[in-house]
Amino acid sequence: MISNVNDWLNDHGDYLYRFALARLRDPHLAEDAVQETMLSAIKSNSFEGNSSARTWLTGILKHKMIDLQRKQFREQSISDLIDLDATDTSMDDFFDQSGHWLDKPQTFNMPDNTLEQKQFLSVLDNCINKLPKKLKSIFMLRDVHETDNENICKELDISATNAWVMLYRARMGLRKCLELNWTGA
Amino acid sequence: MLTCKQASQLVSQSLDRPLSWSERVQLRFHLFICKACNRFKQQLNQLRIAIQQLKNETVHNQTIQLPTDAKTRILHAIEID
Repeated sequence: MISNVNDWLNDHGDYLYRFALARLRDPHLAEDAVQETMLSAIKSNSFEGNSSARTWLTGILKHKMIDLQRKQFREQSISDLIDLDATDTSMDDFFDQSGHWLDKPQTFNMPDNTLEQKQFLSVLDNCINKLPKKLKSIFMLRDVHETDNENICKELDISATNAWVMLYRARMGLRKCLELNWTGA
Repeated sequence: MLTCKQASQLVSQSLDRPLSWSERVQLRFHLFICKACNRFKQQLNQLRIAIQQLKNETVHNQTIQLPTDAKTRILHAIEID
């Protein structure tokens, strides 16, 4: 049993870790996802020779990542509560009372070479991780895992309207964070 | 007439659900006359593209590896499970 897991980790561990990190944007969560995948793989023992071990393990990993995002979503911090409890007030930072932009959105100077691209992506990564946990997990599920809305509502046990509002806030925060932290070339 | 706040909400929601006919008409009209909301729409598109790039960059970056201590921890967790 252990030797199976050892082989899987040696052959596919890095791949699975990168796959998880790409979608969770958090090294610890990504490690947890790989661990959960291994535990579940060893228990289910449903691997059939038809597909490659990597495909099989990746399939398990996808489910484990959604479980982890759901857990993150439910585990709310105090700051999240304040953030989301008020009806729509957090958006007052962006608009005046008559609904006009306080700071008009600016055009991003998108990177045009490899070095800049690397810097840009690292700014984006930081911005994602600055989002309140709840917003981060719903944003990741929707825009990174590309889960459809119906499933998001089911997984997170929220209404469609609630999901739209949270996704709006996450995107709003991210584009503002990029505006502030990415000045371009 | 939509406010910028309402227009930006519809721009975001258009990524998550089909807008109604009247919402589409109102939004198109607003975007026709409002540069700021057009920029916002453009920002969300750029964000979408950047997210995909970030995802691909991580997946293909061979220097990112499962840390050795994580590997040990996982094997240990399975032993005691």
